[in-house]
Amino acid sequence: MNNMTETKPNVDREPRSTEFSLNRTELALSEKNANEPAWLLSARKAGFMSFDELGLPTLQDEDWRFTNVAPIEKMTLAPVSKPAHHGVTEKALGQFPFTALAGSQLVFVNGQFAPELSFLAPLPEGVKVMNLAAALATEPTLVEPHLCRHASTDTNAFTALNTAFFQDGAFIYVPVGLAVAEPIHLRFISTAQDHGTTAHPRNLIVAGRESRVTVIESYVSLSDVPYFTNSVTEIVAGGNAVVEHLKYQDENQQAFHIATVAAHCGRASKVVTHSIALGAKLSRTNIYATLAGEGLECILNGLYLTRAEQLADHYMIVDHAQPHGASHEYFNGILADKSKGVFHGRILVRPGAQKTDAKQTNKNLLLSDHATADTKPQLEIYADDVKCTHGATLGQLDDESIFYLRSRSIPREKARRMLIHAFAGEIIDRVRCVAVREELDRLVWDRLEQNQPITTNP
Amino acid sequence: MKEPIISIKNLSADVEGRQILKGVNLTIYPGEMHAIMGPNGSGKSTLAAILAGRDGYHISGGEVTYCGQDLLALDPEERACEGVFLAFQYPVEIPGVNSTYFLKTAYNEIRKHRGLPELDAMEFLKFVKEKVKLLHLAEDLLQRPVNFGFSGGEKKRNEIFQMAVLEPKFAILDETDSGLDIDALKIVSEGVNTLKRPDHAQLVITHYQRLLNFIVPDFVHVLYDGRIVKSGGKELALELEETGYDGMIPAAAVPA
Repeated sequence: MNNMTETKPNVDREPRSTEFSLNRTELALSEKNANEPAWLLSARKAGFMSFDELGLPTLQDEDWRFTNVAPIEKMTLAPVSKPAHHGVTEKALGQFPFTALAGSQLVFVNGQFAPELSFLAPLPEGVKVMNLAAALATEPTLVEPHLCRHASTDTNAFTALNTAFFQDGAFIYVPVGLAVAEPIHLRFISTAQDHGTTAHPRNLIVAGRESRVTVIESYVSLSDVPYFTNSVTEIVAGGNAVVEHLKYQDENQQAFHIATVAAHCGRASKVVTHSIALGAKLSRTNIYATLAGEGLECILNGLYLTRAEQLADHYMIVDHAQPHGASHEYFNGILADKSKGVFHGRILVRPGAQKTDAKQTNKNLLLSDHATADTKPQLEIYADDVKCTHGATLGQLDDESIFYLRSRSIPREKARRMLIHAFAGEIIDRVRCVAVREELDRLVWDRLEQNQPITTNP
Repeated sequence: MKEPIISIKNLSADVEGRQILKGVNLTIYPGEMHAIMGPNGSGKSTLAAILAGRDGYHISGGEVTYCGQDLLALDPEERACEGVFLAFQYPVEIPGVNSTYFLKTAYNEIRKHRGLPELDAMEFLKFVKEKVKLLHLAEDLLQRPVNFGFSGGEKKRNEIFQMAVLEPKFAILDETDSGLDIDALKIVSEGVNTLKRPDHAQLVITHYQRLLNFIVPDFVHVLYDGRIVKSGGKELALELEETGYDGMIPAAAVPA
């Protein structure tokens, strides 16, 4: 356990079916991205080489032992090359969550920017909200210091793949001391018609010193075939910055969703991320938080609702590199039918990171006898004056609570729903942005109601 | 003669093969307050739990008639809709469920059951705030999750508050006095006394006599080893205080 080196990937692997198509794509890559700056091309190349070496993880990889990603090999892996005639209308967007929020919206269809569906709300002077491809052209000096610097490609094959192939995503830049009042909504919609269609969205959020911003990433679908989303979001929070980030994942039930959120937190900053996983056949969210300054607070929340044979996996590494840092992880899962939840939380306290306060909780509510949850806390502590706690619970609804509610005239089924909703509410209540929290509460409630008929467990 | 609110006849029950109640007889009429006293393990809480409909008990004999109905055939929520209320000895903490929302849901279930229109959020809030005032409680109770993070005294007061809101016809108070200091005990007792009505009845279960200084029962029963071994007026409680339970138990009731 007390091993500071990363788990070594299995390099003596069988040749993979993906290699041929990727090698072909490599050629395309060098031609298509020829206009990009040298630093980015070298990052892409490094990503490509890393992916080539790592390959897709297998169950033998310690970090992936509960989640079998073999089916992803059948995906294209390379992004859609020609701009899609996606046919998504503003009206169609209206059916998806967080449409009514007052802030700016950037829309991406199958990973490609859709300017006609996007709009900017009034923003303070100097704040940038734009697609990344445009930012690379017009704001290179703002992008270069951060892009591809925080999401490591060394051990994560999917981040490597994204780095090699990403086409676009969002760029948000908030200068020193400015606050963006309304949440910025990044909307990723899949309209995939071909099996295996792949998108590699890449987002960069830079919050300058003493700035404040809220960002929502939502992943939704108009598709009814299996497709693959492989997103990477880098968040850089300067000193005293306050950043709230929420990823809402509701891909279709056949989709594969792999996401990495890498947050670099500066001195006395406050960074809160929420991962809400409702959709996809298989989803995996990697959250890497580097507590790079003193006295900061980093809160990672997660809520996953699964049914049928869905799998929702959250993997995180919280790296306490400096003293007086606080990190709190709260993850709740509600698992129905034969679905599966995975939580892997690693807390690393580096030498010198004294007075660290790290707390981790993972609670799973099993609504069926066939649902499973795997939870793996991992504490690696190299400082002696720290407080680190972790706790995990696994269980069914509490009979005594149900009886209490029934004894007050609330019927059994309603009592059950009330308690399930309350369990989800423990996480939803942690969302600070009121408009987002209220909508999320409704969304989760509706989903629980929908999931209910198959989950009833007499 | 008035119809009894509840009539318990020869009730016997066991838990996991162990017999706890061995033939309890008790009849309560409207307007009456009865107290059941007894040592630990005599079956007091089991009786309360069975009346409220908790799972896990096997009724091996006897019957319970509540306002003309077979009480034991009803689900807990049906009993509650019909006006049965149990103030829990150990109220359950329910994080994430807002107290007002919980009470509104419960209250409206009862109204639905009675064929009355449900109250909307505003109407209910007005109604519930009056009850808060009646019991001299702090209004922030309404915003908090049900019993979550409450002190022992707050939990017991919250039980009485729920009772005030749901206006049960038959309330059972299971050791509502346990764990209360004298001030909290006074507040809880005042609440119970305020809620007394001539067409309702209350059954107070207690280990100690001190609660009965504040809530004066019409009848006192001593439960021992699953049977009511002695019944009397309020003076029986005082007698118990002096002699202890040992002095009460007829030779025949002492297990060999």
